[in-house]
Amino acid sequence: MGREKKHLMQGNAAIARGAYEAGVHFAAAYPGTPSSEIPVELAQYKEIDVQWAANEKVAFDEAMGFAISGKRAMAIMKYVGVNVASDSLMVFPYGGTLGGFVLVSADDPGMHSSQNEQDNRYLAKVAKVPMIEPSDGQEAKEFIKEAFEISEQFGLPVMLRTTMRICHTKFNVGGFTERVEAAPKEYKVDIPTWVVPVFAKSKRAILDDKFSRLEQFAETCELNVIEEGDKNIGIITSGAAYQYAREIFPNATIFKLGMTWPLPKQRLIDFCSRFDKVYVMEEQEAFLEEHLRIYGVTNLMGKDIFPSTGEMSAALVDNVVNGAEFIPDYSKEFPIIQRPPQLCAGCPHRGMYYALKKSKTFVTGDIGCYTLGCLPPLSAMHTSFCMGASIGNGFGFARGGMERVVAVIGDSTFIHGGIPSLIDTVYNKANMITVILDNRTTGMTGHQDHPATGYTLKGEKTFEIDIEQLVKACGVEFVKKVDPYDLEESYQAVQEALAFDGPSVLITYRPCALLESEKRKPKTPFMVIEEECIECGACHKLGCPAITKVVGNTVIDYNNCTGCSMCEQVCKPGAIVTTAK
Amino acid sequence: MSENKITNVLMSGVGGQGVILASDVAAVAAGTEREMVKQTEVHGVAQRGGSVVSHIRFGDKVYAPTVRVGEADVLLAFEKLESVRYCHYVKKDTGVIIVNDLEVMPGMVGETVPYPTGIIEFMQDKGYKVIVVPASKVAEGLGNFRVTSIVMLGVLSNFIDLSEAAWMDTLKERIPAKLMEINLKAFEEGQKLGREALNNSHQTIVG
Repeated sequence: MGREKKHLMQGNAAIARGAYEAGVHFAAAYPGTPSSEIPVELAQYKEIDVQWAANEKVAFDEAMGFAISGKRAMAIMKYVGVNVASDSLMVFPYGGTLGGFVLVSADDPGMHSSQNEQDNRYLAKVAKVPMIEPSDGQEAKEFIKEAFEISEQFGLPVMLRTTMRICHTKFNVGGFTERVEAAPKEYKVDIPTWVVPVFAKSKRAILDDKFSRLEQFAETCELNVIEEGDKNIGIITSGAAYQYAREIFPNATIFKLGMTWPLPKQRLIDFCSRFDKVYVMEEQEAFLEEHLRIYGVTNLMGKDIFPSTGEMSAALVDNVVNGAEFIPDYSKEFPIIQRPPQLCAGCPHRGMYYALKKSKTFVTGDIGCYTLGCLPPLSAMHTSFCMGASIGNGFGFARGGMERVVAVIGDSTFIHGGIPSLIDTVYNKANMITVILDNRTTGMTGHQDHPATGYTLKGEKTFEIDIEQLVKACGVEFVKKVDPYDLEESYQAVQEALAFDGPSVLITYRPCALLESEKRKPKTPFMVIEEECIECGACHKLGCPAITKVVGNTVIDYNNCTGCSMCEQVCKPGAIVTTAK
Repeated sequence: MSENKITNVLMSGVGGQGVILASDVAAVAAGTEREMVKQTEVHGVAQRGGSVVSHIRFGDKVYAPTVRVGEADVLLAFEKLESVRYCHYVKKDTGVIIVNDLEVMPGMVGETVPYPTGIIEFMQDKGYKVIVVPASKVAEGLGNFRVTSIVMLGVLSNFIDLSEAAWMDTLKERIPAKLMEINLKAFEEGQKLGREALNNSHQTIVG
């Protein structure tokens, strides 16, 4: 057929492919939607040393050291992970890099799987580093190569901002090329260059000089393209928003920015002067628009008409610019039932939440599947903000006078950001319980390994951190391991910990029910004996999706039930029995 | 302005029904015959049993990855509630809603709500062409409930313009060898259902 061979691939796979072709040698990451597939895709290339790190700052620091030593490295994380890594991000440019360094920041406009909306183009500005923004899978593959080139050309880390709609869309991507090994730069000991704090003032002057050269570069950077068209409609856009702009305005003149920091100031001013009115279409904040206004451009239509929250869409552009009516969501006129997120059937978190609720505790929470413990009927989590905050937040509540305070945190999250605050509960004599919900994986983001699973990203066996020993080494005297499937054991453990004067730790120990190793185990589902059931509703209080009511009768979905037995334990009449003969 | 014909397909269902696999197969098949394909999913917190919707667009030049409301040529719904949830995405004049005749009760949280009745009639009253197919029954008849998604793809193949070869090559590429026979059979049964629906459509389809 003569057509070029193209590969249907996720934006995340395209980023990995581009990094491979660019000759990246090392990558480190912490899982976070929508970025988690990038490191997994990188792992298929034997030339790349790729790993999960304990958290995003660790990942960043490792890649940073690798790049300074002279070879290409990348750090990969979701946008909130950049907050964790930002201490290093802000100082790294003062020292600069020899080998190319790219930080992938995966933003999530619309908060599909996130706790806030945050436009990380601002972080590139604060850090004084270039920001690259692809608008589709093909560009994702090509732009990351360009990002490495820019990094080495200016000796600066480069950020690549992708968004959920690029990460998790499949595109047919072509133009695969061979991997090109970038020649390693030679690192020489040079204390004034790499010991930033002692020489910070002189380093600042060097960074300012690099940045002014970058501003010049932006004016001619080929990632910024003016697509000439209709002389009456001018649009400035970047990233996924470009696709929606083009969908609605196939013939408009569009200034598509592939590098959104620093901006090509003069080109933008000249562009805007050609039109009566210029639309600035950008997802999230008015980043481009604010700078255009600082440049003195006034003929703009931006966030005065477009929302600064949520994803953009073609329908939104059509509605805002052309006044096209939205077709109403007819399901709102119908008695539709939602399918709200909930803990899975057989989820080990359920047992501990049941025990915590029964114990009338106040629970500060963290980030993971277990955040769903806040939903009815369990309603057993009372606060949750961000990675690692549960223990410190619990400390604050306890010190503020709240009684029966429990912080819950997952195994991966504990290693990521919980250890320093646990140490603080000992150091500053908190009277509270920390529950580590150890389900042997990073669950929410799709089952990634971490330092306490005993396996690396590439599946190699490694030392398995013993969370119990770690907690004891922090100085916690009361430490107890419990099986969360055993409701009585879990409840008694909470009672004992509540009675203990001082910081205590409970570790629930049960693998996630969705782990392949768990799914392979033989299952014996439970069933309800209709004649014995008095419809007391006790089993429904577990919030298990396998337990439903069909024409007034409680039934257990045979295919969904994992046989965890929690419902059997709460059924006083004994109407719930195993299906095993 | 040159003609840029784009096909817009939406697939919806409940997490675990195979919507993602089916949309992957359709996107790969489309990619063998069309210049551009984009496929994207919209779902909230990762979960089993949640509502899943996948957007597939293909043609000469595709920009937005998501199908606009009112622009879908086909809504392929693997479950009844999940058809009405997304019906407003479908083109009123030429679009079609294909619904698997299956009700999956949402896992109960809090109060008991009965599964709603009158879904098909509601969508017909709104002016949509609706085709109901017993894909899950056919899959069960073949001995594996899980091939429902492939039966649905077989139905879909009657409504979008991709060659038999594109479907077959992709299925053979994506399905593990030991499951090939039943999946090819499922696809064939789906094709039959789709053909019957097309032949009867002038009698039974409101629109």
